Amino acid sequence: MSEHLLSIILFTPLAGMFILLLIPSRRTDLIRLWANIAGFAGFAVSLPLLWRFDKNAAGFQLVERYEWIPSLGARYIVGIDGISLLLVLLTTLIGALAILSSWSAIQEKVKQYYAMFLLQQTGMLGVFLALDFFLFFVFWEVVLVPMYFIIGVWGGPRKLYAAIKFFLYTLAGSVLMLLGILTLYFQHFRQFGYYTFEIAELMKLDLPLGIQQWVFWAFFIGFAIKVPMFPFHTWLPDAHVEAPTAGSVILASILLKMGTYGFIRFSLPLLPKASIDPRIVKILVGLSLVAIVYGALVSLMQQDWKKLVAYSSVSHLGFCTLGIFALNPNGLAGSVIQQINHGISTGMLFLIVGIAYERRHTRAIAEYGGLAHVMPKYATVFAIAMLSSAGLPLLNGFIGEFTILQGAFEANRLWAAIASLGIILGAAYLLWLYQRTMLGQITNPKNLRLPDLNLRELAVFAPLIAWAIWIGVYPKPYFEVLEKPVAEILQRVRPEYWEKASALAAAPLGVLR
Amino acid sequence: MSQFYTSVDHFALVPALMLALFGCAVLLFDFFVFPAPRQRKWLVLLLALGIGFAALGLVRQYAFLKSEGLAEFTAFRGTLTIDGFAIFFNGIFLAASLLVALVSYRYLEIEGEHHGEYYGLILLANCGMYFLATGTDLVTLFVGLELMAICFYIMVGFLRLDRRSNEAAIKYLLLGAFSSGFLAYGFSLMYGLAGSTRLADITAALAARPPWDPLVFLAMATTAVGLFFKVSLVPFHMWAPDAYEGAPTTVTAYLSVASKAASFALLVRIFLGPLAGTRAVWQPLLAAVAVATLTVGNLAAVTQTNVKRLLAYSSISHAGYILLGLVAGNPTGIKGIAVYLLVYTFMNLGAFLVLIALRRQQILGEELDDLSGLMHKSPAHAILMLIFLLSLAGIPPTAGFIAKYYIFWALIQAGQYWLAAIAAAYVAVAVYYYFRIVRSMFVSELSEREPLASSFGLRLALGVTGVLTLAIGVHPEPWLELAQNSVLLR
Repeated sequence: MSEHLLSIILFTPLAGMFILLLIPSRRTDLIRLWANIAGFAGFAVSLPLLWRFDKNAAGFQLVERYEWIPSLGARYIVGIDGISLLLVLLTTLIGALAILSSWSAIQEKVKQYYAMFLLQQTGMLGVFLALDFFLFFVFWEVVLVPMYFIIGVWGGPRKLYAAIKFFLYTLAGSVLMLLGILTLYFQHFRQFGYYTFEIAELMKLDLPLGIQQWVFWAFFIGFAIKVPMFPFHTWLPDAHVEAPTAGSVILASILLKMGTYGFIRFSLPLLPKASIDPRIVKILVGLSLVAIVYGALVSLMQQDWKKLVAYSSVSHLGFCTLGIFALNPNGLAGSVIQQINHGISTGMLFLIVGIAYERRHTRAIAEYGGLAHVMPKYATVFAIAMLSSAGLPLLNGFIGEFTILQGAFEANRLWAAIASLGIILGAAYLLWLYQRTMLGQITNPKNLRLPDLNLRELAVFAPLIAWAIWIGVYPKPYFEVLEKPVAEILQRVRPEYWEKASALAAAPLGVLR
Repeated sequence: MSQFYTSVDHFALVPALMLALFGCAVLLFDFFVFPAPRQRKWLVLLLALGIGFAALGLVRQYAFLKSEGLAEFTAFRGTLTIDGFAIFFNGIFLAASLLVALVSYRYLEIEGEHHGEYYGLILLANCGMYFLATGTDLVTLFVGLELMAICFYIMVGFLRLDRRSNEAAIKYLLLGAFSSGFLAYGFSLMYGLAGSTRLADITAALAARPPWDPLVFLAMATTAVGLFFKVSLVPFHMWAPDAYEGAPTTVTAYLSVASKAASFALLVRIFLGPLAGTRAVWQPLLAAVAVATLTVGNLAAVTQTNVKRLLAYSSISHAGYILLGLVAGNPTGIKGIAVYLLVYTFMNLGAFLVLIALRRQQILGEELDDLSGLMHKSPAHAILMLIFLLSLAGIPPTAGFIAKYYIFWALIQAGQYWLAAIAAAYVAVAVYYYFRIVRSMFVSELSEREPLASSFGLRLALGVTGVLTLAIGVHPEPWLELAQNSVLLR
């Protein structure tokens, strides 16, 4: 039992889905109840990770490996390190809360909705757990189909356009990524004489810079579309705005992280030469900085509440990719923490928009104003989410952004300067949004009788707020968990830097200890 | 000179004999033993028996090869070759024939054209395919091809009172005959160059000539044109959409999988046999044809509103992917062709089966709108169709992904990065048009409430194709081992 912990985490939602399919469609309340049970069971089975995971151990833990397709060299290998640990916990928690938040929002085709949600949950967990490239790719693609349906069936007015745009964009990127994977796979065969997709085996490859660059760009297309990085971000506003609330939450909190996770897990360690190639670093950092500033500026201009939050994701994910390609411990660790933070804060912001939308059926910011008078609890929750997203000290966003800026500063001061512009703009659009929707007098009579948060809605926010404060006040455990994997990646990518750093005996994450 | 008809010859011929025998038996029994319409189910049973006996013959051939440790054995002095390749493809043909016959019963009743000879034609067409996969002699191959094609000409026009079916049959007949002419011309040139009709002799004779020899080139080009017609590769694909749309849907299904697989078997035999020496000449040509096929097939499919026509264009684009396996030309590519055709048989057949279930009295059920709201009306059909479409698009964990994976792998292995990138890009286009069907089924509102056609055969065939499409995707190992044998060709 215990040695299969990761498989249990991975397949609990899928098992929940199969049982869900047996419930007759007209028993909607039973379906809702079961979906919530399955969702929270998915979270519950992931909790043992908290004590089973050994933060001092090197490499991957709780690894399970089985032969799957011997003639292709594909295996079922799952395992976690500190990076995937955090993302798995984020996925199981956000997934359960997103299911809980859908209770009253989804009224038609309830069974299909929850089935898709649970299927997607397994797909996303698989992406973060897989240590075999073939397995990873299968899960990566599996995620697309349920999300297509969640947007396309339960979405807003332009749902079909948004759904197929999301699907095609991501798919086009991932098939190119597949060619990159196949190139590595074939190069491994040429060097070692057998085919394998195992990440640990592929890491042994010693490839010339030229091939690494080609593969890097193939991976880049796949991951950058998913993140999304600057020129590939156009699917995101459409998908986010049209998706139902819980879909937006999953999309922002977890799906986007698949891209950044891909960079950290695959691009850096598998293609170390390409990853430190100055030209590539410049392009990626440049795109990240553009995303930070451009995303923030576009957010400032939005009239649509949900679209504003969507564009803020572009800006925040820019920080994550900036941290990765700062290529130092602070940047990388900050990037992972910022990914968790973004999952928490933006997840909350989308839930907040969803609650307003459920009550008023409009997302135009101008329709609101002064809601704090009628919905005080709601306004408080929004304030916390907004401040956490804006990076206020003692909340989670500050820790992530600060660490990334520290890393960027170490790499190049100009990068840090431009990125901090994003923080200022971020505070501006978020505070202005809050002011326009929550503060002042109620100008629109329709807003006079809006009900405040009910118990279920509060239950959705409570764990997220608690987590945001925990990271903000006491981030030490997170940095400890990340220390080993970050060190291992950087030792591969920049061995000479690592020697210098340890010679100075300066603890790389010293500032926050 | 040895005996004319040895036991080895017989052994190699048994499956074809069974198919021909039972095919003729069906035709005769239809007149003399079971003339009443209600007795036609016995004809289906007869067909199933014929296929069963043929399959038994194949299994025994396979067991013989395994137990003797042989890669192949020949019969009739090199006219037939039984190897892993032949057995693998014949297995595909038999499975396709049986599945198509199972679903035809109800469909032809609805169309009002239920005649016993249909089942005889299926068996005889399958007999022709047998010679396409096993034949290693130009005459045998040509006769096999014609036997198959003539059965199909009749079956495409089986709806005698339907103008579309008649039109389709005439178009298919004229263009088919035209392409057979080209093929015969190419074959005669090869015979002229080698002085023998056996592929092994031709291979040796052509290898002795320089690859750019104009006569060899002419033989290659005319043979290629004939074969490209049969597998509907651009620019010789024009017959396919019309023939597919007009033919009875069961025949369309059969045509799109079995006939295509058989013609590809022939194509691979010819290009990797006699024409292997001129690889430098045909490889860029085939690459260009494959890219053109992918382009035309995928782009034309985008605008179709008739699902049969859409699937026709999609099957053209699949032919392009399969051809890329030959362009790569390495063992992975050949294995890829085998895997692709196996997977394609089940997924494409499955997609057509759903259309067959949609054909009801008064309802043609082949427009995109006819699938609207299928998820409400019949979730099982909608989900099965989704699985087939995902597989056709090549999304894991369905079988279609494994098939495309092999093609990409072969191309990367051969260093054809640009071809791989183009082929990969068209996956996204394909998803667009397949998902137009998905959108209809899952998002659009119901267009009519008439329940879907159903019969035991249809449910069984849908179940088998659906399960296999998923099973080959999730647990491909046993199927890949089967396909592995087919690489022994080289």
